[in-house]
Amino acid sequence: MTSEIAGTPIVLDIRAMRVAVRTDAGDGPVLVNDVSLELRRGEVIGLIGESGAGKSTIGLASMGYTRRNCFIVGGQIVFAGTDLRAIDAEGRRALRGLKLAYIAQSAAASFNPAMTLMDQVCEAPVRHKVMTRADAEAAAVHLFRELDLPNPETIGSRYPHQVSGGQLQRVMAAMAMVGKPEVIVFDEPTTALDVTTQVECLAAFRKLIRVHGAAALYITHDLAVVAQIADRIMVLRHGKMVEFGEARQILQEPREEYTQRLVRERTEGHAFIDAKSAGALPVLAVESVVADYVGKPKVIDGVSLEIFRGDTLAVVGESGSGKSTLARVVTGLLPRVAGDVRFNGASLPPRLSNRTRDQLRRIQMIYQMPDVALNPQQTVLDVIGRPVSFYFKRSRKEVRERVLELLRHMDLPEHFIERKTSELSGGQKQRVSIARALAAEPDLIICDEVTSALDQLVGEEILRLLKRLQDELGVAYMFITHDLGAVKRVANKVVVMLRGQMVASGDTASVFAPPYHPYTELLLSSVPEMRPDWLDEVLARRRAKAAA
Amino acid sequence: MGKLIVQRSLLGIVTLAAASVLIFIGTEILPGDLASAILQNSATPENLAKLRLDLGLDRPAIVRYFAWLFGALRGDFGHSLANGRDVLEEIAPRFANTMFLATYAAVVAVPLAVGLGLAAAIRQGGAFDRLVNVVTLMTISVPEYFLAYLLIKYVAVDLGWFPSLANVSSDTPFGDRLYYAFLPMLTLVLVIVAHMMRMTRASVLAVMASPYIEMAILKGLTKTRIVLRHALPNALAPIISVVALNLAYLIVGVVVVETVFVYPGLGQLMVDEVSKHDVPVVQACGLIFAAAFILLNLVADILSILSNPRLRQPR
Amino acid sequence: MRILGHKLSVTAQIGLAIIAVNLIVAVFAPLVAPYDQTTILGDAWADPDIHHWLGLDNLGRDIVSRLIYGARMSIGLALVITALSFCIGIITGFAAAVTGGWVDQALSRLVDLLLSMPTLIFAFVILSVLGSGLPVLIVTIAVLDSTKVFRLARSVAVGIVSLEFVEAARLRGEGWWWIITREILPNAIAPLTAEFGLRFCFTFLFIAALSFLGLGVQPPDADWGSMVKDYRDMINFGSAAPLYPAAAIAILTIGVNFVVDWMLSMHSRGQGEGA
Repeated sequence: MTSEIAGTPIVLDIRAMRVAVRTDAGDGPVLVNDVSLELRRGEVIGLIGESGAGKSTIGLASMGYTRRNCFIVGGQIVFAGTDLRAIDAEGRRALRGLKLAYIAQSAAASFNPAMTLMDQVCEAPVRHKVMTRADAEAAAVHLFRELDLPNPETIGSRYPHQVSGGQLQRVMAAMAMVGKPEVIVFDEPTTALDVTTQVECLAAFRKLIRVHGAAALYITHDLAVVAQIADRIMVLRHGKMVEFGEARQILQEPREEYTQRLVRERTEGHAFIDAKSAGALPVLAVESVVADYVGKPKVIDGVSLEIFRGDTLAVVGESGSGKSTLARVVTGLLPRVAGDVRFNGASLPPRLSNRTRDQLRRIQMIYQMPDVALNPQQTVLDVIGRPVSFYFKRSRKEVRERVLELLRHMDLPEHFIERKTSELSGGQKQRVSIARALAAEPDLIICDEVTSALDQLVGEEILRLLKRLQDELGVAYMFITHDLGAVKRVANKVVVMLRGQMVASGDTASVFAPPYHPYTELLLSSVPEMRPDWLDEVLARRRAKAAA
Repeated sequence: MGKLIVQRSLLGIVTLAAASVLIFIGTEILPGDLASAILQNSATPENLAKLRLDLGLDRPAIVRYFAWLFGALRGDFGHSLANGRDVLEEIAPRFANTMFLATYAAVVAVPLAVGLGLAAAIRQGGAFDRLVNVVTLMTISVPEYFLAYLLIKYVAVDLGWFPSLANVSSDTPFGDRLYYAFLPMLTLVLVIVAHMMRMTRASVLAVMASPYIEMAILKGLTKTRIVLRHALPNALAPIISVVALNLAYLIVGVVVVETVFVYPGLGQLMVDEVSKHDVPVVQACGLIFAAAFILLNLVADILSILSNPRLRQPR
Repeated sequence: MRILGHKLSVTAQIGLAIIAVNLIVAVFAPLVAPYDQTTILGDAWADPDIHHWLGLDNLGRDIVSRLIYGARMSIGLALVITALSFCIGIITGFAAAVTGGWVDQALSRLVDLLLSMPTLIFAFVILSVLGSGLPVLIVTIAVLDSTKVFRLARSVAVGIVSLEFVEAARLRGEGWWWIITREILPNAIAPLTAEFGLRFCFTFLFIAALSFLGLGVQPPDADWGSMVKDYRDMINFGSAAPLYPAAAIAILTIGVNFVVDWMLSMHSRGQGEGA
């Protein structure tokens, strides 16, 4: 891919770009610091980094656009010979939507709910007066077909809320392509989608780029995704460029330490964890449990599992699988309608309000979103100390000592004890959540997507912390997640759920090895791997299966 | 969606019925004998007995309520206790006057408010926007009679451009009506323009902050097209809601303004009759005001439903 | 100038100054007022002079003193009513949010019904029959106004209850009293305080309007609204007398609105994230 590129004309030349925040209150942080890149025709450059790295800002600035209170304060952005900073707003406006196109992260938020899809897809080229409406519609239908959208002739007459997320994302790609752009900016376009939908969209985007020969900036935080689509990769951190090179080099021989960490976290941990279960009685036994919400039948239908002391049982599924509902049934927030939930041999009452304080103490929960899992008005002492005083009736002094001990366990500095939780970062808040759970000295901790809202490196640290605690304390985990990579790293047992039913269960090693249940196979094969040819393999396999 | 509209309309009717019950309870069933409340100091045992009989107070409350309600639906509100005339005859011309004043104010205020609100939203953050924000904040804080008396003192008495008393009667020609009702109309306009403008601005700004507006900018569309074709259709629902709610408020605000200018409308009648304890008239006025208020709220809700695209095109 | 670490805008500072002056005048009225509010000092409608800055009123009493004493009645009454309506509204609103189910439905429908009816008309109807004694006035308006507080309290509480830290408290086995006072209330203070300001303004203006129309505060008590009513005829003779109490009403309301506006704009800015 790459050797053909050198020598083709440079389409977008960014030189020493600087973007900073400026408000009435004065100058704020610098979001992008001295970034340069040259994008050639037909090339895809992947911009990779964690949140706050500045990748979205660079993507938008490449089109000469900044968000509220942000300003491009330095450098040049040269598109086809013209510096976007030197021309006026009207000049930039004329280029956008036509020569420079943007595909956003959330399609649902980017479409006007009051207009049809076709109206919005055709809008840019028609308003820029390069195509008639009829021509634009024809081109749009052609693109819909290329992107494998259902009913390409009629899908345009629908409204945004009438099509699914994955389809909407592809319609957005069509909207960007219809004006025949020279540069396309993909801003985390598959991050919000389910893993299985992601594959289709990725394949569609890649086909589009190849067929139309456009140049693209592909922004994502997922190294494996960028491996499938980029010719060169730029690694960003806190607005600065860390490393920039050919895709294969970055992925296989990263030079900078930060890049190495990112790559290592993504590829590590393929060995399965040995079973360490102890004890004759399972800590938690769920037997043929059925649950429903009013009006929604059978959210959980016949799920059974056993967790022993020292186990980490992962409950895996996509959105709508019922995995989070399972947690609510176990804790009693949602009463089960059939089946049994036993804790250390004794059956738990279906309703939370009927359980004893001790029963409640022994099962604790950690949540996905650190910002809402802790009361922002309370201090760390309040949050971690409350379970101690509530369950164990200790004196104020004893509570404080216990909290300090737990903070040390979490590798958090002791002076955090007086801080309000709203002042902590995402990773720090999650550690406080874990400490709160541990303060009750539980037998089982339910981890509900605890790393999904965190940056990759921060999430890895949390997983390592959880493992260490389990080794020291022997606590059991029910680990709910959609991230198969995390499952392989922490769980010795796994349950796979699909639409409320269990499709596979057992030791991780055996569930994730052939012969697979077809859904397990679909899930496993949809997780992007770092090899650049992974996507081609998956597509080939699926085509072969469809033909068979 | 049609189902939603029917549901909402039914709710409106139920609300009106509830309002009528509350009005009835408020005037006839509350503690204290109604007859003595009406007669006050001139209550002798014979007068009380006669009044009770006249008012039919010997019948049970429920019977009285339905009698009143069905009478009202037929247009028969009984007779005024103050001058014995048929209530409907008393009220009709007053109601017409109030409607005239309210419409006069609405016609001027609504386009002005929506236009100013749109302009302020488009020029957000500028000096114009900040100035408008402060001025409207002050205007909505101020009681109507303050504005009214300011206008009367400086425009009517000192400058003599307009009359301070709105002497309108049923045979006043249209042009003269506009002249006499000018100051009352201006007072009302000043109050509701400020409210509607602030809320229009807020609604448009909220819509302009939507992600699909950013997408429209990134597609290179002109500002005019973005505001008119993308923002406005989505801001329409809240703006209509605000306008209708303010018109509903107008129905009530008219009472104070009519009192200040001695404008012969329904509000001024109600104020006068209340102090005379003229129960049938007060009930009738209350019911009409409540009906108008509820109707406008209903129209606001229905228009909101109609302009919400998600509801127009279900999955 | 900063309060609790937040910078005050110019308008907010003006607003605070206005509120402070009004409160001081209301509380220390006997010390501040030059004359007593009922003493007759001269001819009716005497012109302003060095002793009587705004002149004398329809009975020969000093207008400035009457304004000062009137502050007590106007502001005090509005504060009492707002406090009462707040108590009713918050207790019912939180209860509805936390209990859910049919209790919530019933209360919400009832409140919707009351809200869709014109308050002024209702107050009229009720007061015209019950008379305008202060207790009746206070209870009637507090109950009618509490519907709006209910709406806000309920929606704030529902928003907070849906956050995971409330669920974490429930899972722990905490009782509802603890959850309401320690989890919900501290997070609800900001929007509730702003609402208190808005409700105060509304009640304040409402009482004044009722007094102006003859249904509010009755003689011999006097508030600013009834002063406007008493002086209104003088406008035709070129006197600005009714403007003085009306201006006092306007100024205090503007002041409170400036402060509330600043509070609301601050709150919407959101909290900063750590690294």
